Amino acid sequence: MKALRNYIDKIKPNFQKGGKFEKLHSTFDAFETFLFVPNKVTTGGAHIRDAVDMKRTMALVVLAMVPALLFGVWNTGHQHFLALGEVKTFWPVFWYGFLQVFPIIVVSYVTGLGIEFAFAQVRGHEVNEGFLVTGMLIPLVVPVDVPLWMVAVATAFAVIIGKEVFGGTGMNILNPALTARAFLFFAYPAEMSGDKVWIAGLKNGVALDGFSGETILAQAAVGKTAFTNGLDKIYTTADMFFGTIPGSIGETSTLAILIGAAILIFTGIGSWKIMSSVFAGGLFMGLILNLFAINTYMEIPAWEHLMLGGFAFGAVFMATDPVTAAQTEKGKYIYGFLVGILAILVRVLNPAYPEGMMLAILLMNVFAPLIDHYVVEANIKRRLKRVKANVKEV
Amino acid sequence: MSGKEPLFSSKNIKLLTEPLNKSNPITVLVLGICSALAVTVKLEPSVVMAVSVMAVLAVSNMVISAMRSYIPPRIRIIVQLVVIATMVILVDQVLKAFAYDVSKQLSVFVGLIITNCIIMGRLEAFALGNKPWPSFLDGIGNAAGYGLILVIVAFFRELLGSGTIWGYPVLEKIGLYKTGYVNNGMMILPPMALITVGIIIWIQRGKNKDLIETN
Repeated sequence: MKALRNYIDKIKPNFQKGGKFEKLHSTFDAFETFLFVPNKVTTGGAHIRDAVDMKRTMALVVLAMVPALLFGVWNTGHQHFLALGEVKTFWPVFWYGFLQVFPIIVVSYVTGLGIEFAFAQVRGHEVNEGFLVTGMLIPLVVPVDVPLWMVAVATAFAVIIGKEVFGGTGMNILNPALTARAFLFFAYPAEMSGDKVWIAGLKNGVALDGFSGETILAQAAVGKTAFTNGLDKIYTTADMFFGTIPGSIGETSTLAILIGAAILIFTGIGSWKIMSSVFAGGLFMGLILNLFAINTYMEIPAWEHLMLGGFAFGAVFMATDPVTAAQTEKGKYIYGFLVGILAILVRVLNPAYPEGMMLAILLMNVFAPLIDHYVVEANIKRRLKRVKANVKEV
Repeated sequence: MSGKEPLFSSKNIKLLTEPLNKSNPITVLVLGICSALAVTVKLEPSVVMAVSVMAVLAVSNMVISAMRSYIPPRIRIIVQLVVIATMVILVDQVLKAFAYDVSKQLSVFVGLIITNCIIMGRLEAFALGNKPWPSFLDGIGNAAGYGLILVIVAFFRELLGSGTIWGYPVLEKIGLYKTGYVNNGMMILPPMALITVGIIIWIQRGKNKDLIETN
């Protein structure tokens, strides 16, 4: 540690004004503040500075995603060997999954951070930290078999059009990770849906006769009531909860996501208001659909919806994005509730989109400022009324 | 009044060249966006569209300018519409006769030139206050500026969305598909036209600092 600090102090003058590498100042600054808490001190006025700055906040979110990631890695291998009909012990399964997932993570980070650094350099800003989280979210929400160049293109699109155009981290309207996913979904639908993409090697490899890699939602959409992998395996509620089902890499295990949610809520980074209202909205819409069910899809128990597809993942990691979610406390409830309702609505009633969570969150991202506006207005009105009432009494 | 002005004085040349860049109808005035989204999936229809708009705009600009002292201000809009509509019908008939396939592809959008904001905008802003010849040049210039953006957008949308240029399968010929490349389906959808126009605006303002609003 000490040696590293000394080394940084030694090369620092090169990057400051007048130094050899003055132009690379933002890059240097990014690495320095990433490694050590910056020792900037505010001079004017009394301020309390928390040691937990943006970089550490982001690191905590990444930490919260680790359970979902680890499970996703294992499940990738698990589903692959299930399709082949082979039984393996834990480590080979995990290793196979790792080999599939790791390149996606690397591509996502290298592309995204490369663009972030380039923009910071050109604009003379500090490098924004937001991508630390986005870069981890993107691999978790794509199918495992997605070609790597597509990940790169989608990441570039999300960072440039979704974020930098609006001014970088903190200014974006849409969640960048979901922008990347939406881009993939609309640009390369063949790689993002169907029954081949969710399990590694199914697209060009061999699988047992009759094996099907359809997700549960895809099966439900065509009116099936018992969800299977085509063989003798029937997906039970426990499978949905623990996540041994096909799906995007990080979204399958509700348990792992809930652990992440606990970390986020405990550290005060994720808003429990948004998380709980998303689940409440989903449950509410599910119950309504149950009441007026006219087909088997609408009959799926409302609480099962919460464990299927990307619902839990979206609720915990995507909807709570502090930049794109509603900012006001009341607004958070409204925002979350509507996300939940829309996700289930799109999922069940629109056959073109087997999963509605992505579209629901993106749509509500756009509406979040409007919700905030009306919450603030309502508060102003309420207080004006009170002032008027007081004036009359006097 | 000064003496006779030469046909291509520097002022008149400016009418032709300014709309290509600094007062471009799409990227600076932000007019005519709808047709820019609708017809730019392929290069060929966008070129035909650009030429059609040029014919309509140049001639109606000239006609309105010639009549400008006789049009009662209260009914000027309806007079303008009659002139534009006449031109659009002519263009439409010509297209149907000589370029039937393209006219099919463009479908209602030829008819919708009537409502293209650029045309009304130029008639109101320029033709009503200037002589026929400058008005004609202004029409050509603005339609060229419009067409330029249309062609740029269409080029990228066709290349990335369908892998062709003017219907010629470029990407297939250079063997890109064999390496696992897939056409980007989103480029064919209207949102990408908007985003492409946005990127052009971004680049243009990056180069011309005086176009950046300072509010």
